[in-house]
Amino acid sequence: MLKIENLHASVEDKGILKGINLEIKAGEVHAIMGPNGSGKSTLASVIAGKEEYEVTKGNIVFNGEDIEDLAAEERAHKGIFLSFQYPVEIPGVSVTNFMKTAINETRKAKGLEDMPAKDMLKLIREKSELLEIDRKFLSRSLNEGFSGGEKKRNEIFQMAMLEPQLAILDETDSGLDIDALRIVANGVNKLKSKDNAVLVITHYQRLLDYIVPDFVHVLYNGRIVKSGGKELAHELEEKGYDWIKEEVNA
Amino acid sequence: MDLKEKLLSSFLVFENQLDSDDYFNNLRNNAIKIFEEKGFPSKKEEAWKYTSLNSVIKEDYTVFPKQENALEFNDVKKYFIHDIDSYKIVFIDGKYSSYLSETTHDGMDICLMSAAMSKPKYHIVIENYFNKVATKDSLPSLNTAFSTEGAYIHIPKNKMVAKPIQIIHFSTGNESAVMLQPRNLIVVDENSHVQIIERHQSLTDNAVLTNSVTEIFANKRAIVDYYKIQNDNLNASLIDNTFINQKQESVASVHTFAFGGKLIRNNLNFYQNGERIDSTLKGVTIIGEKQHVDHNTLVHHIEPNCESHQDYKGIFGENSTGVFNGKIIVNKEAQKTNAFQANNNILVSDKSTINTKPQLEIFADDVKCSHGCTIGQLDESAMFYMRSRGIPEKEAKALLMYAFSNTVMSSVKIPEIKQRITKIIANKLGVNMGFDL
Repeated sequence: MLKIENLHASVEDKGILKGINLEIKAGEVHAIMGPNGSGKSTLASVIAGKEEYEVTKGNIVFNGEDIEDLAAEERAHKGIFLSFQYPVEIPGVSVTNFMKTAINETRKAKGLEDMPAKDMLKLIREKSELLEIDRKFLSRSLNEGFSGGEKKRNEIFQMAMLEPQLAILDETDSGLDIDALRIVANGVNKLKSKDNAVLVITHYQRLLDYIVPDFVHVLYNGRIVKSGGKELAHELEEKGYDWIKEEVNA
Repeated sequence: MDLKEKLLSSFLVFENQLDSDDYFNNLRNNAIKIFEEKGFPSKKEEAWKYTSLNSVIKEDYTVFPKQENALEFNDVKKYFIHDIDSYKIVFIDGKYSSYLSETTHDGMDICLMSAAMSKPKYHIVIENYFNKVATKDSLPSLNTAFSTEGAYIHIPKNKMVAKPIQIIHFSTGNESAVMLQPRNLIVVDENSHVQIIERHQSLTDNAVLTNSVTEIFANKRAIVDYYKIQNDNLNASLIDNTFINQKQESVASVHTFAFGGKLIRNNLNFYQNGERIDSTLKGVTIIGEKQHVDHNTLVHHIEPNCESHQDYKGIFGENSTGVFNGKIIVNKEAQKTNAFQANNNILVSDKSTINTKPQLEIFADDVKCSHGCTIGQLDESAMFYMRSRGIPEKEAKALLMYAFSNTVMSSVKIPEIKQRITKIIANKLGVNMGFDL
């Protein structure tokens, strides 16, 4: 589904990703872990198409198509979703109206008519129940005054609404208490299928107890320096990242 | 001959046609003297520092358009809020169009200024109110000297006017350039409530300069909601002078939606002559090209326990320029005043400009006054967030701009107006939004 080859990316001429290779197949859950500043969030943003980042070398191939020249919205239309580490507050636009616009724009890009209002309401009801979201919450301005947990839950609600092929969860566990973490992880797990894939980006192993990865990669200094199964996450939790740094630097 | 000279000599001709006993003769003569002395305002005056009328007054305007022109309703329907039942006072090239209008004398007067100026039964109201709150500045004076037509609205006490009133001025381009000077007088007596929509629309590319004066009197506990829709073409300029005198416990609001024209100057003055008065001044400006919009507001708090709320949002693209000059005066007697003012702006292009200046003159010591102005760009992180959810760049921009104007839109009480404004904004931004905010 996603194939990243020798990806180099920089922001304001500063190289951050220095040759990433990663392949994600349908039905898989991958986790990317790594110390602060290793380039985890940059990788997420580059896949999603943030314009400040410049791809200087390498390819991102999604379902057989080179996507590094596509705009963020075009990647979204093709089925890539990024759950933000810091969801942006947009006063004056309700969660419902935002979702209506996002879904109908995606449908428009695919040559489909707007979703009938009745179906939209049904979908919203269904998915908000999945994330245990109060209906009143949906008429509030997007992310405005939301607690950390509400913001993250709202991200996964949007993911549920948009049903992406590839969901990238950037530090979705940060700012969540244990109950919220369970709800969010439960939501992600219910949306999992053999046709889609999840890329979890996290500093801690905690979330991976709930969203269990098939593969764990360690990102350090802009490169994937180690890959393994879910046991690698436990090892990192126990031993920290220093031994990885030492291994790399040696 | 420059426009000032032309106007002065035109006045001599005009004066000869007037009945010398007419009540208005004195007013007109005094007013033209003020204009003769002061002339058109220049950038040397503090209140006109950022707005130059030079590009507007250089045209050779016809001051008294002669030809009468008719319009078919279907051709101009889109300029009305046509999906609501309303009274309509419509003018074509400054002349009343009875065909397009719907007036009334049933328990209230929603009719013509020319009638009010000539018929004795209106004389008491005219004597009490006409030219009583308009300032004696040069442009309002110019209007007083020349104006013969406009809307006359008198709502007697305890009357809730069920239908909004639309005042619409069309110019048909009969003359290569025309100057219009409409004059509106609106008197709302005790406990009465009225909603008014005003629009100026040029139907061709010929130049139009409108110098309009509206005097509004909101008497005790009256409620007046006024909406100005300014979405004219690039050769039409508007100087709007609106003066509102409020009495005790009255509530008055003016929403100004400035989306177009060549040059727009809104002089909006509120005078609070009583206690527990509430005044609201709100506006959304969205312009581009070389358009210029200037909001010049004054709220004068004269007595205690009153409130005023100002909220102006501006979005400026291409080479457009905006001005916000908001003055609040709180008299020494006006204790317990709450006066709020906000002016927030987004510059979409690096060639656009906004000059914003709050002016507070506070002479009372127990008051709450706040003001704030911001100038920013569209939030890039919000743009990426929306685009990553599949909303294309243009639509994402539009959504952010809607959201930005929402604090103004949310206090519009007539849903059809809100929908219309939303549509105009969407058209301007070239998008199609599936909902109203």
